[in-house]
Amino acid sequence: MRIKKNIAISESGFMFNPITGESFTVNPIGTEILQMINDGFESDQIIEAICNKYQVDQHTFDKDLTDFTGMLDHHHLSQHHDKEEA
Amino acid sequence: MTRKKLNIAVTGLNAIDSPGPGVAVIRGLLEAKSFDANIVGLAYESLEPGIYMHNLVSKTYQVPYPSAGVDVLLDRLQFIHQKEHLDVIIPNFDAELYSYIKIEGELNAMGIHIFLPTMTQLEERHKINLFDFGKKYAIKVPKSKVIYEISDIYDLQKEFEMPVVVKGKFYDAGIASNIDQVKSLFKKISAKWGLPIIIQEFVQGTEFNITGLGDGKGNTIAAVPMRKQYITDKGKAWGGISIADQTMLDLTNHFIGSTKWRGGFELELMKDKNNEFNLLEINPRMPAWIYLAVGVGQNIPEALVRMALGEEVTPYTTYDIGKMFIRYAWDMIVDISEFQKISTSGEL
Repeated sequence: MRIKKNIAISESGFMFNPITGESFTVNPIGTEILQMINDGFESDQIIEAICNKYQVDQHTFDKDLTDFTGMLDHHHLSQHHDKEEA
Repeated sequence: MTRKKLNIAVTGLNAIDSPGPGVAVIRGLLEAKSFDANIVGLAYESLEPGIYMHNLVSKTYQVPYPSAGVDVLLDRLQFIHQKEHLDVIIPNFDAELYSYIKIEGELNAMGIHIFLPTMTQLEERHKINLFDFGKKYAIKVPKSKVIYEISDIYDLQKEFEMPVVVKGKFYDAGIASNIDQVKSLFKKISAKWGLPIIIQEFVQGTEFNITGLGDGKGNTIAAVPMRKQYITDKGKAWGGISIADQTMLDLTNHFIGSTKWRGGFELELMKDKNNEFNLLEINPRMPAWIYLAVGVGQNIPEALVRMALGEEVTPYTTYDIGKMFIRYAWDMIVDISEFQKISTSGEL
């Protein structure tokens, strides 16, 4: 998956969807994950990077990442490689 | 190069919790690049805040309510014109547009210009006719029914699922979850605004608005879409943000192109769970949040004045996305002598 091209993300974790006018804030870890997604990291690479950097077990973070990417999907902020940008 | 000076009369100075567009329109006019505007306020009530904003309005005159008839209005405007040499009038209330459209010929003969929709355009987009309007122009409009008597309410359950929206002819609306609530809103709204009452299918979703300007030939001169971010208990936007929704812009171009809309307008839209836009209302004039359009690069009040004067106006094609407006309330301190003057002489 990747973040839609038109979504603006600030360094402080503020996301703005210019089509709908919706805005969101994510915490520093969320911002870091968004950066990894934008850099083309796959889920297993993100899990590895975060688990190496922070004190979190793989099982817990796997679940958190699934929740997080689910939220991105829910708010139409992300798209999957096999789908055209909406 | 000296810019031309224009005397422009503006109504809707009621910058209150459910504000008229006048003050926002005036701010746009004073920032116009193509002319210098001298603003003459036209007020109905002596406590309309714009009357006392002397940095925006140079002189204000009270004008008669539309119910007084067009002859009384014309007499009053002739008196004001003798003193102020008006070039353009911008009426900003739905209820007064009928009168101004009727006297457009007389105003033109006096040298005063207006730029309003035609009477046909005004009528067919009316809340009472909006459902048929949607069918005619292939625009998705929630199902609605016009009722004149309280006894008509009992038939609604056959045609509508609850909740429904109960709307007044010009202003006011409420959501009713059962027949008793419909009856209550019918009585409350009809007592204030008269009959008929409009019953509209309730659409759950997110509110979006778009303001624009049509040239009367089917061309879009300006269009700025906005998402409401903060809505008051009266349903008014207290904060909003400009957005880049192409579907909304396409809908606006379709609206202007198919109706050949003349003048400023606001489309009130509800995006439903299927991500489809439902047209809830067409306001036939600029909205109270029109200054957002000015702030993002489309000075619609300025363009409207130029079109009223018969000038060729190049359509706006871009605007800043992600700019917000946040409304605020401001207490002015006014000497009672000013209130006394507008109250007794009808001028300030």
